Amino acid sequence: MSKELAVFGLEGKVAVVTGAGAGIGEACARLFAKAGAAVVLGDINVEACERIAAELNGQGLQAKAVRLDVTSEEDWAALKQTLVAWKNRWDVLLNNAGIYIGGMLENNTSAQVSKINQINIESVFLGTRAAVECMKPGACFANGGSIINLSSIAGLIGVPGHSIYGATKGAVRSLTKHSAVEFAKFGYGVRVNSLHPGLIETAMGDQALQDFVDIGVVANVDEAAALLKSAMIPMGRLGNVQDIANAALFLASDASSYVTGIELTVDGGFCAA
Amino acid sequence: MSCQGKVALVTGGGVGIGEATCRSLAAAGAIVVVTDIDEASGSRVADVINAEGNSAIFMRLDVCDEPQWQAVIAQVIERYGRLQILINNAGIANICGIEDETLAGWRKTNTINSDAVFIGTREAIRVMKETGGSIVNISSIEGIVGDPMLPAYNASKGAVRAFTKSVALYCADKNYGIRVNSVHPGYVTTPLVSGALARLAQSDAEAFAQRVVASIPMGRMAEPAEIAKGIVFLASDDASYMTGSELIMDGGYTAR
Ligand SMILES: NC(=O)c1ccc[n+]([C@@H]2O[C@H](COP(=O)([O-])OP(=O)(O)OC[C@H]3O[C@@H](n4cnc5c(N)ncnc54)[C@H](O)[C@@H]3O)[C@@H](O)[C@H]2O)c1
Ligand SMILES: NC(=O)c1ccc[n+]([C@@H]2O[C@H](COP(=O)([O-])OP(=O)(O)OC[C@H]3O[C@@H](n4cnc5c(N)ncnc54)[C@H](O)[C@@H]3O)[C@@H](O)[C@H]2O)c1
Repeated sequence: MSKELAVFGLEGKVAVVTGAGAGIGEACARLFAKAGAAVVLGDINVEACERIAAELNGQGLQAKAVRLDVTSEEDWAALKQTLVAWKNRWDVLLNNAGIYIGGMLENNTSAQVSKINQINIESVFLGTRAAVECMKPGACFANGGSIINLSSIAGLIGVPGHSIYGATKGAVRSLTKHSAVEFAKFGYGVRVNSLHPGLIETAMGDQALQDFVDIGVVANVDEAAALLKSAMIPMGRLGNVQDIANAALFLASDASSYVTGIELTVDGGFCAA
Repeated sequence: MSCQGKVALVTGGGVGIGEATCRSLAAAGAIVVVTDIDEASGSRVADVINAEGNSAIFMRLDVCDEPQWQAVIAQVIERYGRLQILINNAGIANICGIEDETLAGWRKTNTINSDAVFIGTREAIRVMKETGGSIVNISSIEGIVGDPMLPAYNASKGAVRAFTKSVALYCADKNYGIRVNSVHPGYVTTPLVSGALARLAQSDAEAFAQRVVASIPMGRMAEPAEIAKGIVFLASDDASYMTGSELIMDGGYTAR
């Protein structure tokens, strides 16, 4: 492969993907492995990761499944040990694991807010800290790296039923910029960017559609999807996990070597209107 | 990352970001139509690409010349039968405070940087709607944030940013299968930057350069090849769900 094209790949790199057992995380883990990375698939659903890793290994690709509850400091510490033992390297972290809780704001509870903040925001803090502790100069691996945080267009704009979820994604957007500027200013060689998908066809995407029904915007999920496609998404289709994985690969690879602190919106034109 | 077999036209392809983009597109498998007003640099880029075993041809195009756009695109269609990628890259910059800017200077900057993007985009869509495609407009971080010494440039690049979104929505509404996105480089080591600095007194140039580098979190300007990679990503099918989006590549400049 020409040098020009090699930078779009991940040959020789080690990538960690959280929430890799399903949806966007699974697609990213598969694509990163195909692009040459040794991929650690982390999730609370470790069986799903084991199945995917076995399949990738069967194709001659490098993958490893671990239990990683992104809210657990112990799990992040254990991940570091796994990386030392496996390839003694860490280049890419995709902070992807997350949950959706919908509902009208007036019906949301502070218990829901605490829970979603912990899984969607605190996890990104813990993961970023773990990664930078390994990637910065003088640290155990010290090879720099790329961190990609899954935010959402709900971190950029307002959507009914999305107040507490959207707030977590706004926090991820902001955490991304602060950490990106800090790491760049201190010469850490660690880039940090946020990815902002529109509505993507996954279990969570289905949940978001159902929520439009539950709060009374539409009568059923088919109507919800039809409304999105006809009135809100200029390209006229929902996104798929491959759309997001391709963008994540660009941000993970050296093809984006001058990119840090940005928001990459992959939404079929949703936010352009 | 593939643009295999796609016909791509790049404006201002003779040096700088345009040259790097031509080379990266060709490496990704595109047939590249290198265009520029400067025939010497443009045909050199095409020659280098062909010598590397990839595919390119040079055509002279002044992006401000409407009939020439029509002639060049007609030639591309006659030769290859299609145009799937357009990179509106040609542009100029002049460092000059608002009180010293002339209407002629303002018009020159806005004609090349903004009016020409309108002409090129319109002409490309007229043929691209047959096959679908990807249009990438090179705006700048200066289309998002302000610089006290770049009033005309800021205005022209802000125009490209908003224009891109309008055309993205239009093409999506019409189901043309054409995606349109803008790229926002920070400072890049090209003749544009060195030339603009050379037109200043040496002490002013040094102060400007120092101020710029100090405000880039990564602490350095970009190489043209780094910007080219992002342009190729948007041009390729890997960005298939992206339209009306902005890709900033600025070493953290606008994140601060
Ligand atoms: N689907 C969409 O429409 C959409 C849109 C924008 C952003 N996103 C974001 O993309 C990311 C992935 O979304 P998805 O649609 O693939 O979701 P998904 O629900 O399909 O999959 C999420 C995965 O994360 C795992 N997970 C949940 N809690 C975890 C924890 N504490 N520790 C480790 N893993 C955990 C789940 O087990 C699951 O495998 C999320 O951050 C989401 O907010 C999704
Ligand atoms: N260099 C930077 O720091 C920087 C930063 C942000 C955005 N940009 C933008 O990127 C684009 C390319 O910039 P660059 O730095 O490579 O510039 P450059 O000056 O190095 O090269 C520009 C090329 O465009 C050609 N050109 C100029 N006027 C033309 C015209 N009327 N018709 C056709 N071709 C013409 C020139 O001959 C030259 O080959 C420009 O739009 C610029 O505004 C540059």
